[in-house]
Amino acid sequence: MNKLYGRLFLMPGLITLIAIIIFPLLFTIALTFSNWSVANAGFNWVGGRNWGALFENQRFWDAMLRLFPLSFLPVLIQFVLGFAAALIAWKGIAARRFFRVLWLIPMMTTPVVMSVVWKSIFNETVGPVNDILIKLGMEPVAWLSSTDSAMFAIVLAEVWQWTPFMFLLLLAGLLSLPKEPFMAAAIDGAGPVRTFFKVTLPMMAPVAIGAIIIRLIEASKIFDTVYAMSNGGPGSSTETPTYYIYLTGLRNFDLANGATMSITYLVIFIALLTVIAQVLGRLSKPKGI
Amino acid sequence: MVIKRVLSTLFVALWSIFVLMPLLWALTTSFKSPDAVENGATYIPFLEFQPVLTGWESIFGGGGATTNLIPPLVNSMVITFGAAVISLVLGAISSYGLSRYVFKAGFIKNQDIVFFFVSQRIMPPIVLSFPFFLMLLTFGLLDSQAGLILVSIAGLMPIVVWLMVDFFNGIPKELDEMAMLEGFNPFQVFGRVILPLAAPGLTVAGMFAVIFGWNDFFFPLILTFGKVATLPVAIVSLNATITPYWTLSAAAIFAILPLIIFAFAMERFLSKGSLSGAVR
Repeated sequence: MNKLYGRLFLMPGLITLIAIIIFPLLFTIALTFSNWSVANAGFNWVGGRNWGALFENQRFWDAMLRLFPLSFLPVLIQFVLGFAAALIAWKGIAARRFFRVLWLIPMMTTPVVMSVVWKSIFNETVGPVNDILIKLGMEPVAWLSSTDSAMFAIVLAEVWQWTPFMFLLLLAGLLSLPKEPFMAAAIDGAGPVRTFFKVTLPMMAPVAIGAIIIRLIEASKIFDTVYAMSNGGPGSSTETPTYYIYLTGLRNFDLANGATMSITYLVIFIALLTVIAQVLGRLSKPKGI
Repeated sequence: MVIKRVLSTLFVALWSIFVLMPLLWALTTSFKSPDAVENGATYIPFLEFQPVLTGWESIFGGGGATTNLIPPLVNSMVITFGAAVISLVLGAISSYGLSRYVFKAGFIKNQDIVFFFVSQRIMPPIVLSFPFFLMLLTFGLLDSQAGLILVSIAGLMPIVVWLMVDFFNGIPKELDEMAMLEGFNPFQVFGRVILPLAAPGLTVAGMFAVIFGWNDFFFPLILTFGKVATLPVAIVSLNATITPYWTLSAAAIFAILPLIIFAFAMERFLSKGSLSGAVR
């Protein structure tokens, strides 16, 4: 009887999720063995041909590597800035509540819409960034038409957009810390720097790792910023996996190759995430206790 | 201590400016006249330029513009609200089941099922995009609100379960047992006793579902073609055509304003640190 009620509670949600995620996932895996495209709509078995082609597709592997500067680097910056902001909003300043709300605003804004705004900010002729550079006596930069500066602009937009989420998670963690260890540190005469490294940081490790993993997951899906700001350009030099797979599968309707790349991306990503989670877990274990 | 104070004040000032800068830029640009935009950057209204409503009129079809953002606004609201409510209902019921009953099937236990729900957030949308596209095409749901609501649930339900399992775990089980002794069946216990107590948790989960639903761009981009375009899609298509910056900025502010107002109305729920249990 008890078992039946449990299932009645669990199943509607579980079945819905399986229906809209697991079945489509299996279908995508099947697609990788077909040649489904505009010319060949329908399921024709072609064996491992798409998988062979994958390894010669340099553009895809370049896009994969670009996750380091465009997803992982922003997460690192978000963590440092978000942690600093959380520490200050925790007990560093007056009017904490005001700043807590103010610093959360970017999280509420639509990423792709803000990317459009960032594009106008980095506009070569009428944008404020170049205007300020000229007023400071420096050379204006063609921000979105060269690779390095386009990457910089995208990273900046990502940092602006998502540091608040990191801030929110870390602040929630700080607010739930017990007070006693801090009192003990104060009695022992530890300064703010020592207290941070010996007390705050170790106690925050689980929350910090959780926040970093959550952000890595979301950040590696990066698409909106690239789509609206650089269109993957100049050339294909700022393309991310999602963006390139989107072009292949949903613009050129080469579904078979798109599916092959997307499954590869998924597998590599999960493997990488597992490794990162393990390493972070090791690093945070207290030593010598 | 002085150094610490100076450094943190400096950080607060610079960070606040950085956070506000793009929003203020979009806000001022939306009130600029063509001259004030095209002759180089200007910043201060009334001093450097005279505010005009050209941009704001043109996003509602004024001044001979073909753009009207009211239908996309309605689409965004219907889809976000629909997907958030369905995810919240299904997710909360499943979370309650996972919090109160013991499930076991081979090596699969409760925490594995919770992980299964939450881990669906790892799934990159691009992996699901091809079957979703073909599926909605087959059922004639491409470019429809119902189709978009359906696929949005995949992204929102994991967030709801992530937050709600912890929240239900925080409500003492003795309450359920007492209600059972009073003669309630499990559904009545959930509906009449636990659900009212879970209102703060449901509010936070619902808020996150609304934020992520409203801000989603990828699925609306690939699964709609103008008829039910959501606000983000409508604005990005403005960006692709030659739309002047005053119109684009007004459109951007128009798209993010509803959520910011919503967030401020919900602020007191956020500042309670309701997320603290979820990350551990």
